[in-house]
Amino acid sequence: MTDAAAATVPAPPKRFMFWRRFARNRSALVGLAFLFLVILLAAIAPVIYPADPFALVGRPMLPPLSGDFLFGTDTLGRDVAAGIAHGARTSLFIGVVATLVAVAFGTLMGGLAGYYGGWIDDLLMRVTEVFQTIPSFIFAILLVAIMTPSMESVVIAIAVVSWPPLARLVRAEFISLRNREFVQAQVLMGMPDWKVILIQILPNAISPIIVAGSLLIATAILTESALAFLGLGDPNIMSWGFQVGAGRTVLRRAWWICTYPGVAILLTVLAINLVGEGLNDALNPRLRERS
Amino acid sequence: MPNARLRYVARRIVQAIPILLAIVVLNFCLLKLAPGDAVDVLAGEAGSATPEYMAELRAKFGLDQPLPVQLVRYVGQIATGDFGYSFRHEMPVWDLIVDRLGPTAILMVTTIVLAVGVGVLLGLLAAVNLNTWKDSVISILALVSYATPLFWVGLMLIVVFSINLGWFPTSGMENVAAFYEGWDRVWDIAHHLVLPAITLSLFYLALYTRLMRASMLEQAGMDYVTTARAKGVKEGRITFKHILRNALLPVLTMAGVQVSAMIGGSVIVETVFGWPGLGQLAFESLFARDLNLLLGIFFLSAVLVLVVNLLVDILYTFLDPRIEL
Repeated sequence: MTDAAAATVPAPPKRFMFWRRFARNRSALVGLAFLFLVILLAAIAPVIYPADPFALVGRPMLPPLSGDFLFGTDTLGRDVAAGIAHGARTSLFIGVVATLVAVAFGTLMGGLAGYYGGWIDDLLMRVTEVFQTIPSFIFAILLVAIMTPSMESVVIAIAVVSWPPLARLVRAEFISLRNREFVQAQVLMGMPDWKVILIQILPNAISPIIVAGSLLIATAILTESALAFLGLGDPNIMSWGFQVGAGRTVLRRAWWICTYPGVAILLTVLAINLVGEGLNDALNPRLRERS
Repeated sequence: MPNARLRYVARRIVQAIPILLAIVVLNFCLLKLAPGDAVDVLAGEAGSATPEYMAELRAKFGLDQPLPVQLVRYVGQIATGDFGYSFRHEMPVWDLIVDRLGPTAILMVTTIVLAVGVGVLLGLLAAVNLNTWKDSVISILALVSYATPLFWVGLMLIVVFSINLGWFPTSGMENVAAFYEGWDRVWDIAHHLVLPAITLSLFYLALYTRLMRASMLEQAGMDYVTTARAKGVKEGRITFKHILRNALLPVLTMAGVQVSAMIGGSVIVETVFGWPGLGQLAFESLFARDLNLLLGIFFLSAVLVLVVNLLVDILYTFLDPRIEL
């Protein structure tokens, strides 16, 4: 790890550098491994639990490990394990899609504000400030309630409350890159603005966007589960938050209904956070030395 | 100097006004986006209403006017503290909200004190014992609490401490049937407060711990620390007198910013623990489809965040004299 050691070993090709830096962070590797397991579970859920996860398959409130039910059954006799497997699809899908929407919109707002500056910057940043002031979870609740709960409304609500920090981040990156020589050279050569933004500036600002986006997925999954817990999820789609919410009333008699889906949320979010930190180490090596 | 500060405060208040207006307009848009209006709700409550009667009611409430006119009227109403009427509770929204303000305030203040206090302590401990097992344990705990869904922690605490151990009540703010008075009542409420406050503070505790640790490490690398060390100041004194004081500043700023998130968290925690505050009112209004009430809570919590941010900014000028006014 020392400079002397690095000097004697020939530098590996660039694409390996990323992986080596990422792999140096052990907890990030553990997170990545677990995340793969969750993705695998989501992928094979329809194979290992082909039945509808809402189907009533056993007696209600069977404890874990009774018969075919690894995690027991819930208040109505639904298989908790099947719900967890299908819930993985929901959590990952909503987390990723909501984040993509939020990142796209945040990058657009921050990019325009940072690139053009002046009154455009003022206006867009004022809008961002309003959205940052609003208590985001209550706003998300309101949006879903008004649009009626569905997959789309949950994704929109999470995206609407998640984009402001990204806009600020992208704006800061754009401001620092806008006046660099390689960008100014293209501007002087008459490259249109949209091309400068997309080809010259954005690729250079992509690392922090990826890091922030990966951490945003974790937050989005937490928000989705909280909405579903309150009964604001899509009523036709199984999700971890819904499972915990449904088991709440029988906590005294059947603790497992709430416990296992919650563990699934915790581990998945933790894994994504670890991967996000690993990405940060690998993509922003200069920042690493500080902490 | 006091003059400059006064000007700064005035400028910050003026800056907050457009944001406030934007929130009012947003509130209005949400109200209009929702399916059905107040008259539909009224008609629904009454059971049946003729179209003529509904049209008459709409004219009475000004709902037949063009949207910009309605918006101006709405802004006027909000400015005079009229947040509309909750048809479920048959009470003005404002009165309902004021009723529930107390319990939420108790919960949030306790949480902030707990989270900032313990978070600063743990962050300090981790930074002083950098790269030892203490640091690792604290960092892992912070990482895990950061990833835990609030509602689930609450339920698990109930399973362990209320159902199995029987140490704390499962829900509510006080034992209403006991008619406690004076200190007995305070004690009773505190007893009910333990689990909700711990639940709500866990996430922020993790946040402040990480922030405090990073802040301590950043300050430890500053020139003034080297100077102090060169002068022969003892290490303990450097840590507590020099570094700690400067490291606290960013943590305080965060405490202000997090109020917005904490309001969201209180909806969850109050729902889980049956704590009779604003969060639970929001949850109830959600199920009763009482949009007026939900929007009222939304608006007031946004205003609260605005005010807290303003206060933190002003407080900051007292704490850090270097700040530009």
